Amino acid sequence: MQVPAPFDYERATSVDHVLTLLAERPGDARIVAGGHSLLPMMKLRLAQPEMLIDINDLTDLDYIRVDGDEIAIGAMTRHAGLLSSALLGEHYRIFRDAERVIADPIVRNRGTIGGSLCQADPSEDLSAVASALRATVVIQSATGRRTVDARDFHQGPYETAVGDAEMLVEVRVPIRPGAGSAYEKVERRAGDWAVASAGAFVQLDGDTIKDVGLGLTAVGAPHFTCVEAEEALRGQAASAENVAAAAQLCHDACQPQADQRGPEDYKRHLARELSRRVLTTSIARARGEQS
Amino acid sequence: MTTTDTPGTTADVPRARTAEAAGAPEAPLSAAGNPIGFGRMLRKEDARFLRGQGKYVDDVQLPGMLHGAVLRSPHAHARIVSIDTSAAEAHPKVRAVITGAVLETLNLAWMPTLSGDVQSVLCTDKVRFQGQEVAFVVADDHYSARDALELIDVEYAPLPAVVDARKALDPDAPLIRDDLEGRTDNKIYDWEAGDAAACDDVFSRADVVVTQDMVYPRVHPAPMETCGSVAHMDPVSGKLTIWTTTQAPHAHRTLYAIVAGLPEHKIQVISPDIGGGFGNKVGIYPGYVCSIVGSILTGKPVKWVEDRSENLMSTSFARDYHMHGEIAATREGKILGLRVNVLADHGAFNGVAQPTKYPAGFFHIFTGSYDYAAAHCNVTAVYSNKAPGGVAYACSFRITEAVYLVERMVDCLADELSMDPAALRMQNLLQPEQFPYTTPTGWEYDSGNYPAALTEAMRIAGYDELRAEQAALRADPDSTSMMGIGLSFFTEGVGAGPRKHMDILGLGMADGCDLRVHPTGKAVLRLSVQSQGQGHETTFAQIVAQELGIPPEDIEVVHGDTDNTPFGLGTYGSRSTPVSGAAAAVAARRVKDKSRIIAAASLECSPDDLEWDHGRWHVKGDPNQAKTIAEIAMLAHGTLELPDGMEGHLDAQVVYDPPELTYPFGAYISVVDVDKGTGAVKVRRFIAVDDCGPRINPMIVEGQVHGGLADGIGMALMEVIAFEEDGNNVGGSFLNYLLPTSMECPSYELGQTVTPSPHHPLGVKGVGESATVGSPAAIVNAVLDALQIRHADMPLTPAAVWRAQQGNPIRTDLAIV
Ligand SMILES: Cc1cc2nc3c(=O)[nH]c(=O)nc-3n(C[C@H](O)[C@H](O)[C@H](O)COP(=O)(O)OP(=O)(O)OC[C@H]3O[C@@H](n4cnc5c(N)ncnc54)[C@H](O)[C@@H]3O)c2cc1C
Repeated sequence: MQVPAPFDYERATSVDHVLTLLAERPGDARIVAGGHSLLPMMKLRLAQPEMLIDINDLTDLDYIRVDGDEIAIGAMTRHAGLLSSALLGEHYRIFRDAERVIADPIVRNRGTIGGSLCQADPSEDLSAVASALRATVVIQSATGRRTVDARDFHQGPYETAVGDAEMLVEVRVPIRPGAGSAYEKVERRAGDWAVASAGAFVQLDGDTIKDVGLGLTAVGAPHFTCVEAEEALRGQAASAENVAAAAQLCHDACQPQADQRGPEDYKRHLARELSRRVLTTSIARARGEQS
Repeated sequence: MTTTDTPGTTADVPRARTAEAAGAPEAPLSAAGNPIGFGRMLRKEDARFLRGQGKYVDDVQLPGMLHGAVLRSPHAHARIVSIDTSAAEAHPKVRAVITGAVLETLNLAWMPTLSGDVQSVLCTDKVRFQGQEVAFVVADDHYSARDALELIDVEYAPLPAVVDARKALDPDAPLIRDDLEGRTDNKIYDWEAGDAAACDDVFSRADVVVTQDMVYPRVHPAPMETCGSVAHMDPVSGKLTIWTTTQAPHAHRTLYAIVAGLPEHKIQVISPDIGGGFGNKVGIYPGYVCSIVGSILTGKPVKWVEDRSENLMSTSFARDYHMHGEIAATREGKILGLRVNVLADHGAFNGVAQPTKYPAGFFHIFTGSYDYAAAHCNVTAVYSNKAPGGVAYACSFRITEAVYLVERMVDCLADELSMDPAALRMQNLLQPEQFPYTTPTGWEYDSGNYPAALTEAMRIAGYDELRAEQAALRADPDSTSMMGIGLSFFTEGVGAGPRKHMDILGLGMADGCDLRVHPTGKAVLRLSVQSQGQGHETTFAQIVAQELGIPPEDIEVVHGDTDNTPFGLGTYGSRSTPVSGAAAAVAARRVKDKSRIIAAASLECSPDDLEWDHGRWHVKGDPNQAKTIAEIAMLAHGTLELPDGMEGHLDAQVVYDPPELTYPFGAYISVVDVDKGTGAVKVRRFIAVDDCGPRINPMIVEGQVHGGLADGIGMALMEVIAFEEDGNNVGGSFLNYLLPTSMECPSYELGQTVTPSPHHPLGVKGVGESATVGSPAAIVNAVLDALQIRHADMPLTPAAVWRAQQGNPIRTDLAIV
């Protein structure tokens, strides 16, 4: 059995409590949410926090609700909650598509959206979803709340905009009436991390693409997206040719690294192939042609 | 005669019972509803396993027990400059820190391997693979032992590493085994089988010769339970008791006696419940030895259980065979010859477990299921800076590699000749009248009806319809997927083995067995083999039930404890039922013979006047004049006057020396769909027709097949331990060493044919490894059939498939760069 190094443990009772504890042990304390990223790293002794602040009692951070013209998702919402949410299913199929291929049911019952985004793994699926949807992330500190664009949230592998004495409390997604969205992943085996994944939403105005968002993970795409492809599509006809050209831009712009999931050229190929597929599906869904 | 189970019915125990026809009369049912003999019944051991009440090594708790942890090398090849253990020794909970230097004083720094080589227990000179054992800490608890590892300061001087087997014999390759006197290169051996000259002749005259390089990459058995031990050297009695994850408790005891110089009668090896072995738990690992030394030094019991990464990085791997095959045939598709050159990567120490006479295991059975004019193989084994091992993962002593080779070569030939691979196989399979059949490399196949098995598999698959569907799909320009159909026909040789040919470190491969019928007619059967999940407690009870008519629930199977079982070589190579199963049957028959004499004495008639009828002897023509086996047991223990020379009690002891191996076979077909855009493979169907002779418990047989098919899917599509140039292992955790899940496995379609072995008392042939051996080739053949490509190496991950399509295949044994 792999066992972690010694650490202190505290079960937080409120967000304020978390923030107080973080302030007391700056740099030494880590929040544990679902624990499905942090605990394996601790067992491998790649992470050796001196203190864990368990936020699993903060059930008031587990919600998915409409808040004005946005959907607000609490940081402690589990993968399983995202997968089964009727509200998300109605507005953004991308969540259901993605959650069906993130890990396995056991991990999905524990892992949280907050933990997924804060882990900032370069292969995290929800990071690509948040980037595709141009979501915003709400960060709280002792002095108040601030909001950061998902695309500015990730500052590099395993680095985020969350400071030492801060925590992520909410993710917000703008509601885009009529939008179609989709997510697709290639994995070596069910439950494995992505070789590459892509996600998209498309809003149509007749046959023209009114707005579009693209998310890419595991391919070294800056900010988990490809802005060039989005710009190339916006205001253009929702045609197979335009989609293919945009997909080619994803292929060109990403900077994948070879690993046991695949060599660089293959990942680039997938960036193109998968972005083409999710854009195509998103358009079909926006048109109501596909469920 | 053949029967077929449709998918889904295999778990349905009572209903499926009636489908067992297969010529054998059905056994009567016991009061508990179990067959008194062969037939489906739930496994006796499952009640405790399903309730989480199995007792594994890590469940052993002894008073005062300490905990050990191994410090492992981060380098693949490095000289040890210094080891400073002072900080670890100063840890308040540490009781001992053991290094190679400490072991040297006990003459235990090195130990013999199962192949006549030596292996470092704790490193004294240099480390030779990443993950090699460097030091051992004994502490009050597992956490402290782990913490203390970080306090040991080792200074390494890194050396260039050999990770690419193809470069191991280069003149400038770093010398790995400078500990062995006189050694100047990394070659372990050259070994050949078959007739090279006859082969040359056949090849020179053949119309068609197809050659193909292929790698069977390094994989790992990855049992659910990792390896471990609890050693207790009792300072008072001087007796060593070791609870350990072993598939071969008796062989381990003898080895400890040899390695440690401990008196064998003062060693008790207990192999409790074992959570999977697959060959991973045949050998002795340094951690076991360290736990023994730890107990000797501290006077306390010491537990050591490795973690998952330690298991994957340091314990017995499998395969790592780099093969060059050549097949010769006529233009009409008559196969004439097969030639193979193998480069075998054995890692840093030659730690392969196999019969001494056969350094490449049973690889020379590579001619498989076909008739040839000639065949020849050469195997060159090399050292590399990787973990030792080699024969593991249900491979039947390298028959897995052999079957993969021949079944790929036959498909390559079919491709070359533009022939249907099923037709080509059918044309060349050995015919029933050719048995017993001696292969060009000297194996004597006992029995078989190969065309019947292939015909049955094709019938279940609906082979012609599948080909038609494939043709239609290929003709459709809009299709987004490619469909592939792959076949594999395997012959295994299992049940090692005849003492005159087979031993491990001089220990002949015969198995003891004791059967004792208690006065009340219940029985206890003591076996030398040890189950790792195969269901021995049920199968062996059923064997005795079949012979003696005692209900299986009344027969206790005792195994896995050297103090309470007779000597034997253990469970691997699908040998338990062929060897110990025969021993149990022979023991039961001896008891039955004796019971007849006792019954006759009691009924005051001649034994010849008695007739056997499901558990009782009765006077011929008078079924009321009878004694049941339970009555006879009581008489045997009672005061009945026994015939002259006959001792009381009802028991028998047997040592079974198999006259020959048994040769199970099977025909497998898989159907896959490959995503054109991503290269992702989905196994749509898998049809497995196995012939392992009569099935003692068909449900258990099917379970073995199901597990093996999952193994095959894993190896074909995802499993590999690859290495970076510096020897860094990139398959050292389940994050990267992928095992298949239910999502990758289709609902299997099983069938059977039944060809008994003529020389096994029960006709049974062993099935534990059949599906692992036979299935990888079927899946690879299917994927390549889909892609219409001659060859690509396992594992066929999406990336590997895509690269093969680009004509730029990946070297799967090396880390992807
Ligand atoms: C077997 C397995 C397979 C997986 N497969 C996938 C996959 O296919 N795709 C995928 O995307 N992910 C996958 N994951 C990761 C999984 O989704 C994790 O659950 C997730 O990445 C982290 O969520 P968590 O709640 O478990 O976070 P934790 O492990 O609890 O925390 C992760 C990090 O986030 C920090 N953190 C957590 N919550 C907050 C907060 N509210 N504010 C600030 N910091 C916080 C922690 O301090 C820690 O640094 C897999 C995990 C496993 C174990």
